[in-house]
Amino acid sequence: MRMKSLIAATVAFAALAMNGPAAHAAGDAIHLEKQDWSFSGLFGTFDRAAAQRGLQVYREVCATCHSLDYIAFRNLADLGYSEAEVKAIAAEYEVVDGPNDEGEMFTRPGTPSDRFVAPFANDNAARAGNGGALPPDLSLIVEARAGFEDYIYGLLTGYGEAPEGVNVSEGMSYNKAFPGFQIAMGQPLYEDGVTYADGTKASVEQMAKDVTTFLTWASEPNLEERKRTGVAVILFLIVASGLFYASKRKIWANVH
Amino acid sequence: MSTANFTNPVVRWIDHRLPIFSFLHHEAHEYPTPKNLSYWWNFGSLAGIMLVIMLVTGITLAMHYTPHVDYAFASVERIMRDVNSGWLIRYIHMNGASFFFIAVYIHMFRGLYYGSYKAPRELLWMLGVVIMLLMMATAFMGYVLPWGQMSFWGATVITNLFSAIPLVGEHVVTWLWGGFSVDNPTLNRFFALHYLLPFVIFAVVVLHIVALHRFGSNNPLGIDVKGPQDTIPFHPYYTVKDAFGLFVFLIPFAFFIFFAPNFLGHPDNYIPANPLVTPAHIVPEWYFLPFYAILRAVPDKLFGVLAMFGAIAVLFILPWLDRSPVRSGSFRPVFKIFFWLLFVDCIALTWLGGKPAEGWYVTASRIATVYYFFYFLVALPLLSIFETPKPLPKSISESVLGGSGGPAAAPAAAKEKA
Repeated sequence: MRMKSLIAATVAFAALAMNGPAAHAAGDAIHLEKQDWSFSGLFGTFDRAAAQRGLQVYREVCATCHSLDYIAFRNLADLGYSEAEVKAIAAEYEVVDGPNDEGEMFTRPGTPSDRFVAPFANDNAARAGNGGALPPDLSLIVEARAGFEDYIYGLLTGYGEAPEGVNVSEGMSYNKAFPGFQIAMGQPLYEDGVTYADGTKASVEQMAKDVTTFLTWASEPNLEERKRTGVAVILFLIVASGLFYASKRKIWANVH
Repeated sequence: MSTANFTNPVVRWIDHRLPIFSFLHHEAHEYPTPKNLSYWWNFGSLAGIMLVIMLVTGITLAMHYTPHVDYAFASVERIMRDVNSGWLIRYIHMNGASFFFIAVYIHMFRGLYYGSYKAPRELLWMLGVVIMLLMMATAFMGYVLPWGQMSFWGATVITNLFSAIPLVGEHVVTWLWGGFSVDNPTLNRFFALHYLLPFVIFAVVVLHIVALHRFGSNNPLGIDVKGPQDTIPFHPYYTVKDAFGLFVFLIPFAFFIFFAPNFLGHPDNYIPANPLVTPAHIVPEWYFLPFYAILRAVPDKLFGVLAMFGAIAVLFILPWLDRSPVRSGSFRPVFKIFFWLLFVDCIALTWLGGKPAEGWYVTASRIATVYYFFYFLVALPLLSIFETPKPLPKSISESVLGGSGGPAAAPAAAKEKA
């Protein structure tokens, strides 16, 4: 069984690479509390103010370690930023471009067509800076985790003292929402960790909710259009079904 | 048989030289169809329409997709984010696979209940099984293309099944992969085949329809059409009925596309493929779960693979396992019980296939697997001998009219031998 041993080896390697928690079993019960999200339901939309605050949390807290590779600055217009604001946000980033006519790479201020700049040059650099753990890209994080937005919120608010009898390894933190309960990411959010421009009190729950709203938008920027289209399509299909049913009744009336 | 009388001179000119209009008129308009088909007969044409939807969305996706391990995942995200309506096309295609299988599975259970596989429709049934096999291969390879974690590990697990073949297994797997692991050559050939096979399916569907039109549809009574009084032309009666059914079917389909597009998928497939990290549970798409449950129910790898393929192979010889001359399950009181048990059994296998292979799940999978084969290999042959069917009605029109004086008294067996 060459493959079996190969798989076993990769599991072992993965467990090592992730400093342990990869061995999490599905048996551990994790309770995720369902939150009330502006974007859930048939007519859900993103709460723009929350998403903008979430962007601030991402930029000031998460972006230290986590990339956002699939999001371009121009996409931020979706969240209610004007063209000038998008340009201003993009210009705050240094983007590597090139090669120029001399064959040199150079940096320049970002433009709306650039993507968010990753905090590390590559995965190895990211691991080296994070005690061997790789901070995942956040572009799809909400869709890529069981429990979706409730999981991200649960994780961000799930830090605390490990209960009696639970051993937390060196460099790891206890988190009640994380499969295996040991996470390499230290607690990212603290009360008043950011100062919101709109004066909202930056509690841990508030920041978690805001950044989750932002990341849900990042995972699925077309969510609003999708739901809006869906309502119209289903109404159309119901009406069309009714019309075809009436036609069917009429055409079949003489069949015996 | 009436010949079509076309008034348009251009149509007449063409039809005289290339009788395409006569053909369509004969096969899609006046085509005589039993007048008593129930809504269970809608699912054949529904499956056909799903195939067309998959072809159209799939070709569009292929225009934007990059089959390379370094770019595949990102190109799918580009489709989702930057291609105009790309998210819609991809969600239709993703969920369309599931709804294609739903239509086909209902179509097959209908055939199983009403004995549509029996003479003279054995080849029609067998072509249908070929279509299902091709669909499974196509769906499996399509799931690999986004190159997420489940794509990669699903491909690894399923291709590894072939290593169970004695002596040459390892070589076969290397040959399938185009290397020593699932990698870029694997992704490239899967893309090529995922594009090719739907057209092969299309060709087999044409044969399926040719075989169907030879004797026409079976019907809920399972008795042969006795004359024109038993049939109605396909158009407008069944065109309008199929259209109504189509729009009703599209409602849940649209619900999944627009309100739960990732419900039938797996979150891990939004993580880019990583050969160094194995997901905690590798689960195939739901439509493979019954076969996956059978595979895992057998403790030995080779025999597990054989049982899994056997579950499909047994469908090929089904027309010769069920020798009862009565087609419709409605007139077979004992058969009915076994049939519904099979239905529940298949639901149970689907559920068990999604559970980890541990504890009582394994025992339950084994019982369910045994019943699956028992139904085809033991129950049906024995029922053919020992079951006394209820008397059959004289004709379709008599039954549709509500037939006075009760059904024909003649023993079913004597009547119904095509």
